[in-house]
Amino acid sequence: MKIAVCISHVPDTASKINIGNDGKSIDQAGLTYIINPYDEFAVEEALKTKEKFGGEVIAISLGTDSSKESLRKALAMGVDSAVLLKTDKILDSISVAKALAEAIKEINPELVFMGKQSVDYDNSIIGQLVSEILGYNSVSVVVGLSIDGNKITAEREIEGGKEIIETQIPCVITAQKGLNEPRYASLKGIMSAKKKVIEEKILAESVSYSEIIRMKKPSIKQGGRIIGTDSSAVPELVRLLHEEAKVI
Amino acid sequence: MANKILVVLEQRNNQIKKSSLEAISVAKDFSEKTNTTFEAVLVGGEINDFSSLGKFGLKKVTHFTNTELNFYSSKNYTKIISNFIKENYFDKIIISSTSFGRDLAPRIAIKIDAGIVVDVIEYSFDNGEFIYTRPIFAGKALLETRIIKNLQVIALRPNVFKPSDNCSGNTEVIINQISEIDSSVKTIEVKQASGKIDVAEADIIVSGGRGMKAAENFNLIENLADVLGAATGASRAVVDAGWRPHSEQVGQTGKTVSPNLYVAVGISGAIQHLAGMRSSKCIVAINKDKDAPIFQIADYGLVADAFEILPILIEEIKKLKS
Repeated sequence: MKIAVCISHVPDTASKINIGNDGKSIDQAGLTYIINPYDEFAVEEALKTKEKFGGEVIAISLGTDSSKESLRKALAMGVDSAVLLKTDKILDSISVAKALAEAIKEINPELVFMGKQSVDYDNSIIGQLVSEILGYNSVSVVVGLSIDGNKITAEREIEGGKEIIETQIPCVITAQKGLNEPRYASLKGIMSAKKKVIEEKILAESVSYSEIIRMKKPSIKQGGRIIGTDSSAVPELVRLLHEEAKVI
Repeated sequence: MANKILVVLEQRNNQIKKSSLEAISVAKDFSEKTNTTFEAVLVGGEINDFSSLGKFGLKKVTHFTNTELNFYSSKNYTKIISNFIKENYFDKIIISSTSFGRDLAPRIAIKIDAGIVVDVIEYSFDNGEFIYTRPIFAGKALLETRIIKNLQVIALRPNVFKPSDNCSGNTEVIINQISEIDSSVKTIEVKQASGKIDVAEADIIVSGGRGMKAAENFNLIENLADVLGAATGASRAVVDAGWRPHSEQVGQTGKTVSPNLYVAVGISGAIQHLAGMRSSKCIVAINKDKDAPIFQIADYGLVADAFEILPILIEEIKKLKS
């Protein structure tokens, strides 16, 4: 089975985010980057599927040269080969999805995995866009998956519950936390990942669907009002919630 | 061709969701700003009475029905709604960014070749053009964006826009029976956690963190949530420890929430947690550590032991409610 897995290279979730001087981008100073946490679940599921059915796993990332670090992480976990779609621009979601779909089409996999969202721009729509462009089946926000021949049963997380969905390959699955426990890369994996060549493709210019006007920091909430230091303050807290904030 | 606005409604268990009413109110505002009309579409659900939607200003809803459509089905919903948009020349499609909307909106965007923005928390209309604001990095920054195409799919963050029900008038209902069903992606069952309110939809959330010390102590969190009619939430630390399910996790790798009241108990306030709940309207923090970052964004703080505070807080709220 041929499996593609899409990976995004993102600032660590513990990072403070500041706006760059142009007012339209994130200040890169002091940021450390990691593989998108949800993509780790995607890589793990791709590897598990390969281990069960045989085949190969190809990782794809879109971004600058530094995205190779996350591709190497995927290679170290056990992915067979990796492709970087190289661009220095911040693309809108539809342009990203079109570029990924183009690269996936060349690979022609039965299954495509990716995280349910990238923790930078938080769109949570790339998997669905890619599947519609390719005409693949797809299930998003998946927390449980079983594959039997061509048949796929997926558990999709929704508000307060789960949908149990049956479909077939070819299929795009977007991974949610809870799907699996991503493995650690072995030392052997890390060493062999260093030697692997990451294929690079330069992205062609594309038509934009949306434009960033500016980025800003959210207004800071003025907090810090301490009501008390023991249970005697509880009645006052309840009174404030009821009469001042009017939330209970 | 006149431009028109379409609201995509969502039903669960044959009830129109509150987030859809928020979307109707935004559509109404869009129509007033652009001097156009708006209407709604619903796929699936056994709903016979739409009269409650009139007070939100909705004049017309088209309901596509078939018992096979009562559960969400990405293939069928996408096809039905996209065709409806093309046939009627709608150019602004408004939907709520619920799990349903997040899945469906991008699919429609591809089918009708529209631009898309999700998780919108604010918008403005200037020079004949809408500018949308959405959180990025789980709310650590905000992005203002413009969709270049006239055809736009706009998904609104739930619980941000207030539904306004001050209109009068009736909603015309057009029923359209669908006969052709695609079964290639089929929801065979919906497992609902019974009686539980989801954090993403709750008006009040009571969240517990590592300060709760053990999984079994979350009965205090649950009891407080019960008396408040609230959902229970959790920090990443306690989800990673296996004390609480991931569906309750609030923060950058969990859910981003903006309830009216957020009660953080034994949560220090790591940056990824604050990102997910800082837009809550009122924040209460209960923590032993006076230097915990959570106090910097809390409206009301109690520097005290959660195990001392919670039982009394539960009793006080019971008293207030009785």
